[in-house]
Amino acid sequence: MNANPYSPHTEEDRAAMLERIGVRSVDDLLTAIPKDARFPRLGLASGLSEMEVQAHLERLAAMNRTAGSGPFFIGGPIQRRYIPAAVPVLALRGEFLTAYTPYQPEVSQGTLQGVFEYQSLIAELLAMEVVNSSMYDGGSATAEAAFMAVRVTGRKKVVVATEVDFTYRRTLRTYGRGPELEIVEVPTAKLAASAEDAACLIVQHPDAFGSLVDVRQIADAAHAAGALCVQVTEPHANALLEPPGALGVDIAVGEGQPLGITMSYGGPHLGIFACRESLVRQMPGRIAGQTLDANGTRGFVNTLQTREQHIRREKATSNICTNEALAAITAAVYLSLLGPEGLRAAARAGVARAHALAKRLAALPGCAIANEGPFFDRFTLRTEIGGWDLRNALIARGIQVEATASHYVDGRREGRDDVIAQCTELTSEADADALVDAVAQLARSPETVAAR
Amino acid sequence: MTVRTHVIPDVGAKTAVPALEPLLFELARPGRSGRHVVSDDAADIPAAFQRKTPLHLPELTEPQVVRHYTHLAQLNYSVDAGMYPLGSCTMKYNPKVNDRVASLFADLHPRQSYRTTQGVLALAYELEQMLAKITGMDFVSLQPQAGAQSEFTALLVFKAYHAKRGEAATRRRIIVPDSAHGTNPASAAMCGYQVTTVKSDARGNVDLDALKSALGPDVAGFMLTNPNTLGLFEERVREVCDAVHGAGALVYGDGANMNALLGIARPGDLGFDCVHINVHKTFSTPHGAGGPGAGPLCVKAHLRPFLPKPWIVREADGSYHYDTAREDRAPAGLGDSIGTIKQRIGNFGVLVRAYTYMKTLGEDGMLETGRDAILAANYLLALLRDKYDVAYDRTPMHEFVLSAAKQKRQGASALDIGKALLDEGFHSPTVYFPLIVAEAMMIEPTETEPRETLDAFAAAMKRIAERAESDPASVKAAPKYTPLARLDEVTAARKPVLRWQRPV
Repeated sequence: MNANPYSPHTEEDRAAMLERIGVRSVDDLLTAIPKDARFPRLGLASGLSEMEVQAHLERLAAMNRTAGSGPFFIGGPIQRRYIPAAVPVLALRGEFLTAYTPYQPEVSQGTLQGVFEYQSLIAELLAMEVVNSSMYDGGSATAEAAFMAVRVTGRKKVVVATEVDFTYRRTLRTYGRGPELEIVEVPTAKLAASAEDAACLIVQHPDAFGSLVDVRQIADAAHAAGALCVQVTEPHANALLEPPGALGVDIAVGEGQPLGITMSYGGPHLGIFACRESLVRQMPGRIAGQTLDANGTRGFVNTLQTREQHIRREKATSNICTNEALAAITAAVYLSLLGPEGLRAAARAGVARAHALAKRLAALPGCAIANEGPFFDRFTLRTEIGGWDLRNALIARGIQVEATASHYVDGRREGRDDVIAQCTELTSEADADALVDAVAQLARSPETVAAR
Repeated sequence: MTVRTHVIPDVGAKTAVPALEPLLFELARPGRSGRHVVSDDAADIPAAFQRKTPLHLPELTEPQVVRHYTHLAQLNYSVDAGMYPLGSCTMKYNPKVNDRVASLFADLHPRQSYRTTQGVLALAYELEQMLAKITGMDFVSLQPQAGAQSEFTALLVFKAYHAKRGEAATRRRIIVPDSAHGTNPASAAMCGYQVTTVKSDARGNVDLDALKSALGPDVAGFMLTNPNTLGLFEERVREVCDAVHGAGALVYGDGANMNALLGIARPGDLGFDCVHINVHKTFSTPHGAGGPGAGPLCVKAHLRPFLPKPWIVREADGSYHYDTAREDRAPAGLGDSIGTIKQRIGNFGVLVRAYTYMKTLGEDGMLETGRDAILAANYLLALLRDKYDVAYDRTPMHEFVLSAAKQKRQGASALDIGKALLDEGFHSPTVYFPLIVAEAMMIEPTETEPRETLDAFAAAMKRIAERAESDPASVKAAPKYTPLARLDEVTAARKPVLRWQRPV
């Protein structure tokens, strides 16, 4: 039996192949490798059978508490949403899953048309002119948007609102160390006044805490100062809220995971990246485009490739090569199954349930909603207990929420000590009851919670 | 759309070429819908924020959507369907158990407490250990989501390393060989570095003299793929690394070709300071029509302080947590770390698949994989060398580069040969890369193609070579049996149509 169960070669095969090559052993093919470095012991265990490996992974999985095992209110860019049965059945077909980048368009029309449709769907949803075929995730898309704005404007200052998701700001800061960008963080309320000398203003709407933001005013201020406006967005919000393209936004980015993609502890997900058509030649990443074949039949290819690393090398708009094409196709399957009404229904459910839940929580003694204005499908709850202790006490009761105290940027804890509750169409009445009951109980004796 | 008939030369059987498929938008009719998510909730949103822009998403029923994507899938070539000899892409078989176990971790949010995700952390911690052992490195970051992001991460690490030594301002240059992947110079430029390219020598190695004269106190690092993109092991790799280190710079290993080294040699033993791993190549995770991937970065101890945070910590009692997001304690701060590339553990769903594959192979399976990959490439080269020119005639590792220069003179280019292969039922090799070989065809069979398939591929390549000699026009006319004939990429770029437009 072969040590690699996927290896097809019998010993006779190997012998015949060696004979054809004209050597006695594979060792004879390795003479370029320093002798003392050849065949190191790696110190790995022996290989497992499929049955053993399945059991082993099941044991590891059992050590986790899945989101669906109890009331779950953690969200932000990554959201627990209903995924129609047909989504994985279609998107995970071997023809999509096990294809490579569509380098040969004649045998890759499934991928290329699928991505073209994704671009078209997201362009419609965001009311943006051009969408690329994907970035890695919302965080890298945000950083690449800043880099693009730097290229377009020739300025090196990037101003980002502190209400942009903390993980995005972390990635932006880390990326910014490369070209040594000046990254300035200001509250959303001060963003419009901070546009001078900036390459872009980066705003999130709805913001990390769920609040709605007047993006148009920020975009206007950016443009008046010769800067671009970058909006971080969430896909479902655009079903109900005026989209970036209608708000004067130049580049819209976001995490596409809520569009039918599993949370999978953070990835693989989908970086949405959209911009104005006039900026397309500065856009990072692959783009699918329509064309004709030699017989005049419509088909699709990767296009505008002179922006990309395999052609332009150090002059490319980005180094991205592998992207998240499968996630883009998954998102397109999801959107085509839900349609406009299904998407609105899912979005409405999140908003309505968040508003109802917030109302009940705000009525409890010592509890208040910390959002200053209207909010979308998540909100910030402030209690006398303190967010961190409340979150831990809730975990002990089987309820999972996020605490703002776990928001670190540059290794510093930032922000207030609140909890954030995200609702989606999967948030049930029973979930809401459980949270309200638990908070009510804990709020009765805040000092004992903190003591734990 | 008429269905044409395709005769598979080897088998003589007839098969229908799948028909093209309309766009989703063309199949839609207002009023059609499924009932996947229904809600009678009313959302209370202030009028000023409400969407007034029309939302013309296509309206379809589920059966239509299923047909649509099934038809699209049928238009794709995939490694599930056949040999995919793209050089440097390592299109090996993608085991199905890996996909199934990944779904066990689907319903987990990255912002959950470490207390509710001990299985995730245990797996990730062990994966880090295994990758360190395989590459001969000391520490691993699982955060980078692809090879290119890992390159960028490593260069940020280089920058931080030099900054710590007070040399960030002077070390402004990264050197790459002329055979490097385009991502290398692109990553360096993105990281704010100037790029210097050094040429390869007559044996396909880095030209050591050219490298030495390019090195200096202004160089931050050198990026090397080994085996390189010619499929050749760098013969003086230790001298190369020594020269770079002698100039105070660091050596980055591009791990795109790590499959050749599995169990055979470790970058950490050869002088590299770090190496990235494309788990979607070496460790069998499916490439998803262009992505996802995952690109763990493996480093020697001297680079560890600069790795992205958070790091996974294992306690004596076997429990796990993160260091900077210790959640209930004051954070340790970033220290010298470059920051964060991706929250917590990168593309975890991809990493689970890689972990499963590595557990399946184990110590002996790794070695066998490396050996079989090299065996397959050398066997295929032996079958093809009398019909095609060999760019650098040395014993290759897991892939090799042919030149179609002879065929080009006869009237059929590397591109044409690739297209003719599509008609033969195979995917094309990587063509026109590496850039240093005229009419390059870079072929990587991987260890999972049986000998019969390698023989059939070689036979197809030979038939095409013979046609290039006798009837080059027929090669130029390929492909004939694919869903579409050759596509006009020039017009696509000149007059871009990048989305479907509603007819007005």
